[in-house]
Amino acid sequence: MSEFSVELRDVVKKFPTPEGGEVFAVNHVTMQIKNGEFFSMLGPSGCGKTTSLRTIAGFEWPTSGEIYIEGEPMGHRPPYLRPVNTVFQSYALFPHMSVAENVAFGLEMEKTPKQEIKRRVGEALEMVKLTGMERRNPTQLSGGQRQRVALARSLVKRPKVLLLDEPLGALDLKLRKEMQLELKALQQEVGITFVYVTHDQEEALTMSDRIAVMDGGVVLQVGKPVEIYERPNCRFVADFIGETNFLDGEVRAIDGDRVTVYIPRLKDELVGTKASPVRIGEQVVVSLRPEKTRIIENKAKMGNCFSGKVLNIAYIGSDTRVFVDLGGVSLKVWEQNKISTLDPEAYYERGEQVWVVVMPENALVLHLG
Amino acid sequence: MLRKLREDKSFQGTILISPTLLFMIGLLIVPLLLTLVISFGSRAPDGTVIYGFSFHNYVRLFGIRTECAGGESICFDPIYAKILSRSLSLAFNTTVLAILMAYPLAYFIARAPLKKRNTFLFLILVPMWTNFVIRVYAWMMLLRTQGVINGALGWLAGLVGFHFTPLEMLYTQGAVLVGMVYEFLPFMILPLYTSLEKIDLSWYEASADLGASPFRTFLRMTLPLSMPGVVSGTILVFIPVMGTFIVSDLLGGRQIVLIGNLIQNQFLIARDPTFGSAASIILMTMTLIVTYFYTRKFGFSEEIVVV
Ligand SMILES: Nc1ncnc2c1ncn2[C@@H]1O[C@H](COP(=O)(O)OP(=O)(O)OP(=O)(O)O)[C@@H](O)[C@H]1O
Ligand SMILES: [Mg+2]
Repeated sequence: MSEFSVELRDVVKKFPTPEGGEVFAVNHVTMQIKNGEFFSMLGPSGCGKTTSLRTIAGFEWPTSGEIYIEGEPMGHRPPYLRPVNTVFQSYALFPHMSVAENVAFGLEMEKTPKQEIKRRVGEALEMVKLTGMERRNPTQLSGGQRQRVALARSLVKRPKVLLLDEPLGALDLKLRKEMQLELKALQQEVGITFVYVTHDQEEALTMSDRIAVMDGGVVLQVGKPVEIYERPNCRFVADFIGETNFLDGEVRAIDGDRVTVYIPRLKDELVGTKASPVRIGEQVVVSLRPEKTRIIENKAKMGNCFSGKVLNIAYIGSDTRVFVDLGGVSLKVWEQNKISTLDPEAYYERGEQVWVVVMPENALVLHLG
Repeated sequence: MLRKLREDKSFQGTILISPTLLFMIGLLIVPLLLTLVISFGSRAPDGTVIYGFSFHNYVRLFGIRTECAGGESICFDPIYAKILSRSLSLAFNTTVLAILMAYPLAYFIARAPLKKRNTFLFLILVPMWTNFVIRVYAWMMLLRTQGVINGALGWLAGLVGFHFTPLEMLYTQGAVLVGMVYEFLPFMILPLYTSLEKIDLSWYEASADLGASPFRTFLRMTLPLSMPGVVSGTILVFIPVMGTFIVSDLLGGRQIVLIGNLIQNQFLIARDPTFGSAASIILMTMTLIVTYFYTRKFGFSEEIVVV
């Protein structure tokens, strides 16, 4: 058995456009998804997540490249012969069947004996906490319940891989958060590989073992949530995941991991950490996470210390969000409120002269683009 | 009065439907009752109606005669029973053939790109712009002994050097069947299209995803989800085929007499409105019975709620 559940090798999917051109919905994507992994594809709308998932399921065939499931090349194998199941964004529950019939459908297609179907449907509904709803029609369920039926209908087949296309997209925020935890727990319980599509970065960070960040049909970075957040490999990933500040500059010196960048707006040099390969003289961007940037009141005797003026302050309880003007650049700084006090002295004021400091390991030097 | 009109919802409803209601009572219910009354009367020698209450028209329809060729006092003449069963089986065959022909077509249109669908539907309705009778005449031109089809076949046979005897196609059961299917096919296609078009593509995908081959997807998704269309189409085809007389008149001639022809003859030629009325009542009753059992089995074409 292959180490990988699903493997995409140089997969391209082109669609003709009505204007007579072509779009690369998936552009030379190579990905390896491990057995039992919770793998997410994350990216903005139209980046090719659904198309990638549909080529794995077999609803679309790659224009070029190959998809392997359990080490086997899929070629033009139709969906009903692939050992994967899909949870559709719209759930696609069959309207002419009850909840139990919906869940039983996949087993009937496998010609499972009646007794076993009954038992496994019962187990599947129990797993998603829908016992007692067997005879209802899908129209008589809430959004969250329909979502669970869709899940049970796929899981009951015990697929090698479960593909989920924004399965929580139609739910309200509270239910979404609940279902995120439930889904993750369920995945660990059944040990099936989940390939999960979402455009919600928080959802991806919470649930995934690994995340592939996509844009324009291209996979930009694959990594664990902490890698994606702490070591984005390009400007797009840093921008898409979480919040950050960008400073444009030019590489002056490289010393191992340390990169010295001249920032024209600050008329000063900044020492940062190399997060993507760069050369001396190259135009780069430095990413500063707002929670990893500090404000101090007096100039410190250290590098990466820049003077500025407080532009604006937003007190949001756990944090105070300070916007500092650094020579024409507005920098976001999240200051955690670690001490409970009403003393106005403890907080910054608009117009106050401050200094901003960044540790070199918190300033990531990235490729443009 | 005005206040009541403004506030009382059911009164508003009554006012809104009353024109239709009056129309229906005046032109449907009353004539129907009249037909029923007349069917119990008997024919005067001058062709008018002598009102009464006698079942003799119905007795005659069911084939029981009191003047017999052999001199018996009572005997069975199956002529009308044959007409009735011929009408029923023709309506049945027409409906089945129409379903078989309309289904693939409706499916094809429902799955065509959105822009093309309207064009296809439009093309299906184009023949309807021509008068019903003229369209049947066109079939006569095609099917006649010296018609277009025989002409073409003869020409082909001539090319290969065969001797060709023209086929007798007009004035046969087959001709009537072809004409009926042709006339009523759009009434099968349109409701089928409507219900097939409503089937969400994602249901097909989910079905395939769960392991169903295309054939099983057809059996488990397409067919049950399009049943409402099959039911409405059947009702829209079966009922008019049972009653129509023009197609059988022109394409069937004297050989293929249907109950519609019988009724028409009684009123216009035999001048026996009492017997014609009885036949009309029987036609209606038969149609109602068939429709009733059919819809009981398959459900009236209720809407399927989309999830
Ligand atoms: N059947 C199709 N025909 C033509 N273009 C398509 C088709 N399906 C997808 N595309 C195009 O391919 C690109 C990727 O689409 P895809 O549905 O994979 O995006 P996505 O990442 O799932 O977006 P979203 O988050 O909005 O669902 C888009 O530009 C889209 O317009
Ligand atoms: Mg999508």
